[in-house]
Amino acid sequence: MSPEYLITQIFNGLVNGGFYALLALGLSIIFGMLRIVNFAHGAMYMLGAFVAYYGALAFHMPFFVALIVAPIVIGLFGLLLETTLLRRLYEIDPLYNLLFTFAAVLIIEDAMRLAAGALGSPYETPALLAGATNLGFTQYPTYRLFVIVVCIVVCAAVYFIVERSPLGARIRAATEKPELTRAFGINTSRLVSGVFACGVALAGFAGVLAAPNTNVTPTMGDAIIINTFAIVVIGGLGSILGSVVAGFALGVIAAVGAVLYPPIANTLIFVVMVLVILFKPTGLFGTTERTA
Amino acid sequence: MALALIEGRRGLAVGAALLALGLVLPFLPGVYVVFAIDLLCFALVAVAFDMLLGFTGLLSFGHALFWGGSGYLATIAIAHGVTSFPLAVLCGVTYAAVLSLAVGALAVRRSGIYFAMITLAIGQIQYFLAFQLVDFTGGENGLQVQTRGTFFGFPLDNDHVYYFLVLAIVAAATALAVRIVTSPFGAVLAAMRENENRAKSVGYDTDRFKLAAFVMSGTMAGLAGALFSIGNRLSGLDGVDWHTSGAIVIMTILGGIGTIYGPIVGAAVYESLDFFVSKTAIGDKTNIVMGLVFAVVILVARRGIVGEILHRLFARPPIVEEEEAADVELASAS
Repeated sequence: MSPEYLITQIFNGLVNGGFYALLALGLSIIFGMLRIVNFAHGAMYMLGAFVAYYGALAFHMPFFVALIVAPIVIGLFGLLLETTLLRRLYEIDPLYNLLFTFAAVLIIEDAMRLAAGALGSPYETPALLAGATNLGFTQYPTYRLFVIVVCIVVCAAVYFIVERSPLGARIRAATEKPELTRAFGINTSRLVSGVFACGVALAGFAGVLAAPNTNVTPTMGDAIIINTFAIVVIGGLGSILGSVVAGFALGVIAAVGAVLYPPIANTLIFVVMVLVILFKPTGLFGTTERTA
Repeated sequence: MALALIEGRRGLAVGAALLALGLVLPFLPGVYVVFAIDLLCFALVAVAFDMLLGFTGLLSFGHALFWGGSGYLATIAIAHGVTSFPLAVLCGVTYAAVLSLAVGALAVRRSGIYFAMITLAIGQIQYFLAFQLVDFTGGENGLQVQTRGTFFGFPLDNDHVYYFLVLAIVAAATALAVRIVTSPFGAVLAAMRENENRAKSVGYDTDRFKLAAFVMSGTMAGLAGALFSIGNRLSGLDGVDWHTSGAIVIMTILGGIGTIYGPIVGAAVYESLDFFVSKTAIGDKTNIVMGLVFAVVILVARRGIVGEILHRLFARPPIVEEEEAADVELASAS
């Protein structure tokens, strides 16, 4: 195996890892704030890709516009879901939230299969990012480089907002001590809705980003959500840094593992998860067992 | 209250009534025997699942591991020349027992939502193994066999004969499940579910009890899966797909968590609804309807069909707030 090939695979791993990181990040901020695991996160990712696809089909919406419009659409959809239905389940066992969002997955996926057919549709790579870039040692698709850079920038921005900004301080306060935060006159229920909307908007954003990279299909969220679950178990659910690091790391590990031993390509992430549970049950970046 | 249906004389009467219904089911107008066989198998896997969810509060999203995995092992045994039905079933059930011990030992290290995510993710390992080990499983085509084998020399390829054998096995297994949850062991599980720390403080190793319940549940799910695959003379990727794990969850909650007989009703309603919806214009996208039904159950009727009926019939005046009383049913284990 040539070193060029291995490095190309590492880049491919970073692309996949970028998607994992974006999704795990959304899952984590939602879990941190709402104490729920959003099973429908993969479905939101898929819907984001479809907004881009139908936008292009009906209105010739360019990719870069879709990158802004789709997250807004998905965020509003999430807001509607949270304020009308999910909210009713906060007071009870968090498992019911997982089950409710699981029901949402079933409905959304099969509704999209009914509307769009089970087969995928290709989405054109924007002309600006078509072709390949010379990295010195090898040619690499420009679009994929763009994905890596965008994922890193977005993850860093979210990290900065949550950990360093005044808004993030309120979010973290509402996460730690909701009653006390309310006593300071901060509307925590609006924060909760906002965080959920932003979390699913991130998934929608990832979906648009994935559209030129893969076929847009109703089941595209299916496989990736379970990989993402494994990644948040590895990174420690609720840990932003853990989600992002585990996302990129597992993307690369899976890609390199697939080169060294191809049959393990699909299962390596889960095998790593098993090992992490054996040796550090709280996840790599998790400190305590969060009640869930 | 949850045990109101299965304890004592009333429990015997309800069990006998269900069994009587099972005896006439294949002769009812419009019921296909093959469909009735599937129904029994799903009923058993839902009962097995309820032993875990209803009595430990652990939500497994990976029971397709045992259902589908055992189904593969049973049909693989037949494909490789095993002609004895009990031996083929034993292959599947043994696999399910060993696997549930391994998976359970790992998963009980985490509780609540983590438990669900971990079992779901481990289920994917088996799925991809089944997908890739084409020589054994047939990969995407599945593994078809020509016969159901023989039961101590007696051939089972007549659907009615097979139905009644399955009915006998499912009835016996359900009786065992009732016995388990009403035993002192079941009482410890209930204590853990209500207050795990208190159960620990009186000296119970709660992780071991959880693991024991998980293994019992997984093994029984494996039994159901073996009966199902042998019944259809086929095992395929459907059986190990996580959607199947999800369907088992839905059947159980739809029928009523912690009621044992409720999930039988849940499985029957689920399978019948799925069958009828698939005949409409929606076709195979039945999950639109299943998801809607499940969402409504989660939002307004968390006790499930049988649980709601029991609640109306037997609920004592609430000591705690009404809302809280509804939610202790699935109390988080942490």
